[in-house]
Amino acid sequence: MLTNNNKIFHRKKITVVFFICAGVFLLLFARLVYLMVWRADHYSQLADELHERERSIKAARGRILDRNQTVLADNKTVCTVSVIHNQVEEPKEVIEVLSRELGLSEEYVRKRVEKYSSIERIKSNVDKDVGDKIREYDLAGVKVDEDYKRYYPYGELASKVLGFTGGDNQGIIGLEVVYEEILKGEPGTILTVTDAKGIEVETSGERRIEPISGSDLVISMDVNIQSYATQLARQAMAAKEADSVSILVMNPKNGEMLAMVNVPEFDLNAPYEISDAGENLTDEEKQNLLNAVWRNGCINDTYEPGSTFKIVTAAAGLEEGVVTPESTFSCPGFILVDDRKIRCHKVAGHGAETFVQATMNSCNPVFITVGLRLGVDNYYKYFEQFGLMQKTGIDLPGEAGTIMHKKEDMGNVELATVAFGQSFQITPIQLLTTASSIINGGNRVTPHFGVKTLNEEGEVLSVLEYPVTEGIVSEETSAIMRNMLEMVVSQGSGKNGGIEGFRIGGKTATSQTLPRDSGRYIASFIGFAPADDPQVIALAIVNNPQGVYYGGQVAAPIVRQLFENILPYLGIMGYNQ
Amino acid sequence: MAARGTRKRKRKEQSEYFFDYSLLFIVFFLLGFGLIMIYSASSYEAYEEYGDAAYYLKRQLMAAILGLVLMTIVANIPYHFWERFAVLGYLVSAAMIPVVLTPLGVESHGARRWIRIPGIGFNLQPAEVAKLCMILFLATLVCRMGKSVRTLKGFFLMVCIPLPIVIMVWKITDNLSSAIIIMGISLLMVFVASPDYKKFVLMGLAGVAAVALIVFMIVNADSVEGFRSERILAWLDPESYSQDKGFQTIQALYAIGSGGIWGKGLGQSMQKLSFLPEAQNDMIFSIICEELGLFGAICVILMFILLLWRMMIIANNAPDLFGSMLVVGVIGHIAIQAILNIAVVTNTIPNTGISLPFISYGGSSVMFLLIEIGLVLSVAKRIQLKEL
Repeated sequence: MLTNNNKIFHRKKITVVFFICAGVFLLLFARLVYLMVWRADHYSQLADELHERERSIKAARGRILDRNQTVLADNKTVCTVSVIHNQVEEPKEVIEVLSRELGLSEEYVRKRVEKYSSIERIKSNVDKDVGDKIREYDLAGVKVDEDYKRYYPYGELASKVLGFTGGDNQGIIGLEVVYEEILKGEPGTILTVTDAKGIEVETSGERRIEPISGSDLVISMDVNIQSYATQLARQAMAAKEADSVSILVMNPKNGEMLAMVNVPEFDLNAPYEISDAGENLTDEEKQNLLNAVWRNGCINDTYEPGSTFKIVTAAAGLEEGVVTPESTFSCPGFILVDDRKIRCHKVAGHGAETFVQATMNSCNPVFITVGLRLGVDNYYKYFEQFGLMQKTGIDLPGEAGTIMHKKEDMGNVELATVAFGQSFQITPIQLLTTASSIINGGNRVTPHFGVKTLNEEGEVLSVLEYPVTEGIVSEETSAIMRNMLEMVVSQGSGKNGGIEGFRIGGKTATSQTLPRDSGRYIASFIGFAPADDPQVIALAIVNNPQGVYYGGQVAAPIVRQLFENILPYLGIMGYNQ
Repeated sequence: MAARGTRKRKRKEQSEYFFDYSLLFIVFFLLGFGLIMIYSASSYEAYEEYGDAAYYLKRQLMAAILGLVLMTIVANIPYHFWERFAVLGYLVSAAMIPVVLTPLGVESHGARRWIRIPGIGFNLQPAEVAKLCMILFLATLVCRMGKSVRTLKGFFLMVCIPLPIVIMVWKITDNLSSAIIIMGISLLMVFVASPDYKKFVLMGLAGVAAVALIVFMIVNADSVEGFRSERILAWLDPESYSQDKGFQTIQALYAIGSGGIWGKGLGQSMQKLSFLPEAQNDMIFSIICEELGLFGAICVILMFILLLWRMMIIANNAPDLFGSMLVVGVIGHIAIQAILNIAVVTNTIPNTGISLPFISYGGSSVMFLLIEIGLVLSVAKRIQLKEL
């Protein structure tokens, strides 16, 4: 038996034990309140993420529209028809309906319907109308899933500019890549609750997050100009048996590209088909071939610009004051630079001529003289000032940089060749952009296609802006250049580019490709109109023409034909109207 | 006079001795609730694994019935009967622990902690035997020592007696949690037996300081080695260790967090669908939280507090020190286990395997707990109502 004394302290201690335990329980209770009230959202969200498996729903990709809202890249709703073996109730009817609606043989469909598999695809890329019709039969075990497929209504038109998309509707080349973020949209999801092994829990329903369609992209291209330019390029390529023909059309005031043609083009709706390739290609060979087919020569490749580059030399000379339009020169048919004799294209020489006449004649010794008067330092300064050392920043992928002598390696001979457009390489878009900047009053514009983005309702979401560098040449120099280049077309080497009743300026070029003795030439012509206030500038490049290869004869007529059609179309009136 | 008469008659109708029906009710409630929750938490996995949704429920029900029978028997035997087995119990439990290493031992969940009892297909956990025997042995010892409990020598003797068993449980069966529980029960009994407070406060402070030091050392160590130190890091930041050591903890937190105040409803837990390991066992409290919410969790905690309160009443009114000490041991056992379990599940302390008394799945555990309740009831029966 306990003594009273003992009992008291034992009781006290037991009570203390109880209250300590109760106190600890209270602390745990507080912890539970924290976890289940304050942290509840955090943990239940994490738990939901853990419990839900998601199937994604593709978002409709934004369309690409030309400047007049003509659709250049669209989405086609296509259907995939499949059967789930276990759910088919009336196989006969299923076989009959599917073979009739899909235009497939009964044996083909029967084989698939009777095959024991979880899900068997009967046909994909089925038109939406057909898919809807099949869905209306409401056959057990037949699934019609909708999907989007990129569709290019114009097929080959501007293929290397627009680009195409891959299996997940992601851009592969061209504008589809550059504007991926704008075009792609947000895929939606179907969330299904599953246990830890991924088995669906049937009692809980599905949660659906709707996809958000991508924004539409409006580009500055004009589908009519692009079509016509493509037609001209094809004709020229066929007539001159050329390797390729490129035509660039741009607004020189703001850099908006109206057309960019690179024939041969390819079919955007079947970009992986190689027309004339041998069979047995390895995957790598095939990929290389495809990459060559997809290549946009105006952006990705460089060439020696030749005489069209005299525009740059002339502008630099005028700006620096080492030459005026009235300056006189004499061309004996060649010029000695250090110990090197560089010949003019006219072997007999042009004789005495002013700078304007020399430009009209595209006289090499005169431009070499101007280049030498500028000197390496000044020439290099203007080369950089005109933006030739940087990329143009056009909104197309893979723009190539300029290949130029290092300043410290540049002697008089190198300077002389650069002055008339040889021994260095630039891209066609670079030449077009630089020439635009010289004739538009001295503003270096950024060539571009993307203009604005629209939402599904056609409301403007954002207007794309591009940098402009002002004052790369003075307004006076720009005016003189316009004037001289107009003279080139009206009376000089570029007269094949002229159109009766319109003021057109331009410059021809005939450049020999490397190696020099290959006999391969590039004929080109750069032209703009109206000459006093240029609103459109075009560059035509014919790669490796057979027979006559002079730019004035091969390329200038292309630009003339182009301008004959597009100037009235653009509302540019000749001086007679 | 009339009033006195009725009181006299009432006393005559009642038994002369006390039987604690509220304690019994609480135990029944916890057992029944536990069975429901075991079914809810385990049916999905049980069906996947054994093709029988009630597999765990049936086994637990068997153990509970057996336990109730044993409880009734023990409750009807005067508790002093067991005093003579105190030393024997201590030795038997000490002898049983190494048996797990013999072929009779059973390995489960990556640890060898069970002994197969031939014939009935039941596995026995020696640690559970040791808990019961330690309570009995220490209660007997306290009575035998009389006043010498108060001396420093007596104190050290009492603290050292459980150590061999504790160390064996820890090292041989690799069961730190059971070792901590046995040590905890013993210290609690020593605390009640000795009139002193200062020693215990100092011990408590020293313990807290040691734990803090160990945690500090592990956190600042360059390389983390070993099972337990990783558990500590996973405890401090379970989300960074969510794929290995923190996995169970984070899954338990998901379950608790997604329960909210009212819970998802009985049977609606998502985490029990193979996400949360040991959902019907050590982690059952998190499933209770998920399905019944904060409300259900409070109810369970309240039931435990009530249970402890009833046992405190019995211990305080026990006819002798031996009975009182027995009940204190049982209080210690249930309180420590319930507190540690809830603390583990809520990631208040590092993860270690401790089951929730009466509710978690586990045959040995529920059987021995019911035997202990039988002891408590037996003590309660000796309380003479006159003394109340």
